[in-house]
Amino acid sequence: MAKEFELNEVEVWDGNYAASQALRQAQIDVVAAYPITPSTPIVEGYGAYVANGYVDGEFVMVESEHAAMSGCVGAAAAGGRVATATSSQGFALMTEVLYQASGMRLPIVLTVVNRALASPLNVRGDHSDMYLGRDSGWIQIDAFNAQEAYDLPLCAFRIGEHLDVRLPVMVHQDGFTTSHKAQNVYPLKDDVAYKFVGDYVPVDEMLDFTRPVTHGAQTEEDWHYEHKAKQHKAIMDSKTVIDEVFEDFKKLTGREYKRVETYMMEDAEVALVLLGSSVETAVLAAKQLREEEGIKVGVVAPRCFRPFPYDLVREALDVPTLKAVCCLDKSSPGGAMGALFNEVSAAAYTTSSRPMITNYIYGLGGRDFAMDEAKRIMKEQKAHADAGHITTNIQQFSGLRGPKLGFYETRRS
Amino acid sequence: MVEIRWHSRAGQGAVTGAKGLGTVVATTGKQVQAYALYGSAKRGAAMNAYNRIDDEPITNQETKMYPDYVFVIDPALAFSDDITKNDKPDTQYIITTHLSKEDLIAQIPALQDKADRVHVVDCMQISLDTIGRAMPNTPILGAFMKISKMYDLDFFLENMKKVLSKFPQKIIDANMEAITRAYNEVK
Repeated sequence: MAKEFELNEVEVWDGNYAASQALRQAQIDVVAAYPITPSTPIVEGYGAYVANGYVDGEFVMVESEHAAMSGCVGAAAAGGRVATATSSQGFALMTEVLYQASGMRLPIVLTVVNRALASPLNVRGDHSDMYLGRDSGWIQIDAFNAQEAYDLPLCAFRIGEHLDVRLPVMVHQDGFTTSHKAQNVYPLKDDVAYKFVGDYVPVDEMLDFTRPVTHGAQTEEDWHYEHKAKQHKAIMDSKTVIDEVFEDFKKLTGREYKRVETYMMEDAEVALVLLGSSVETAVLAAKQLREEEGIKVGVVAPRCFRPFPYDLVREALDVPTLKAVCCLDKSSPGGAMGALFNEVSAAAYTTSSRPMITNYIYGLGGRDFAMDEAKRIMKEQKAHADAGHITTNIQQFSGLRGPKLGFYETRRS
Repeated sequence: MVEIRWHSRAGQGAVTGAKGLGTVVATTGKQVQAYALYGSAKRGAAMNAYNRIDDEPITNQETKMYPDYVFVIDPALAFSDDITKNDKPDTQYIITTHLSKEDLIAQIPALQDKADRVHVVDCMQISLDTIGRAMPNTPILGAFMKISKMYDLDFFLENMKKVLSKFPQKIIDANMEAITRAYNEVK
């Protein structure tokens, strides 16, 4: 029996330590992991819990992230609760197996500490790895600070393991900005956290020798399409389970999560849509700008990146006063508009407010997202709103040195 | 909101110091941030650590700050780092040095109009005398308690003991002595 870990009512934890504590409290059967900056402390912490008797499960050291996720797939198919952590290049190396995990409907939890993808080599935070996972069939939930990096993995087990879902779940946090920044965190007691997560209920586990099953079978044109459609339906429908789990978590802790977080949108004339730790900075900038200049700014932040919450984004943007929206993508789109711009535009297309929408690429490789810059972007949206048309290129780059970059103009007024 | 920027070298314990300060402050019901900018920095490389302290939850995740306090815990960094970067008219400086305040300021042009806001303490010598090696991170906090009057010394010592509880008693005692000396010796 695992020892109880003594916790204070308030701890000062960084996002990595917070995530590792949540994994410990979920009493995972197998963690197969390979360390990579900036997520290393999650599995390092977990290894220490195993070594010191705080966890009953197995910690499997492997030779690569591809092997780490493969180990997770094997252990999950065998019938265990499974989790691991990674970042960046490690995430990229896992990618092949990520699709196996979701296709095999294995509810693995992957804590991803978001980091830029090389080249150039960079250890700092952006959303390149998170975006790389967006078609992988995993549920993707985004933590904006250390408290959320603790809370959301607990929710992730409940969501992924739910019998109506049975899908793997990623919980993202921003490299360094969240993973290495200690803040006040209010953890649950071990028994309370475990009770919330619940006992693992295996489905078609390989270790049930009385009922042999096949995992990871081959299907060609006869069945592949039906499998993928069913898998897509499962992730689209998971929104009701996500809402239920967030509701239960609120009842337990008082901390409320929604698939889309909205801030000051009721009367907003302009809005920013963004992900990750920058949400917190943007909300603070919006509050200050309302006080300083009376500009009615709101912020919309998809908590759930997959399934993409078209319903709630649409609802958030269907505000009669709303005229201009800027979507900020912290990943280089490589020859397109940012993914968030594309998704949000699709969701906003059917709103009656039909706001003007622009796109900023920002924060690549950990470039600081400054309060002043957030306010400048908000004021630029106000200029679009006042002019009645988009006064800049549709896609721009924020915080970039050198010549200004911009792409595409609009004729729409 | 109180904002602190640490100037340190990787390995001198600025991150531990910043987290230790944060942990003590959090026990009094305040909200804190403790973070650093280092990434792939190697031991000895110049780096910054940061603290934010407030009564309300802190949501500013911007790395850059306009510090109320600047801690320089490596003596040479007072000369080579831009220690007055983003400062405010009332930013207070607590600098580790064996020099007198006058001699130090005379050699650093950026500090010459800020003499009334510069405080010096020899955390290197203090930590060598007490802890037995150059570990300026805890003594600087003693000096900070004196300058900021954030908490009285006894309260701070009691809470730092809890932060250091995983260390052997000898090390904890040495740190307490180092903090107390810096509190008394900062000028």
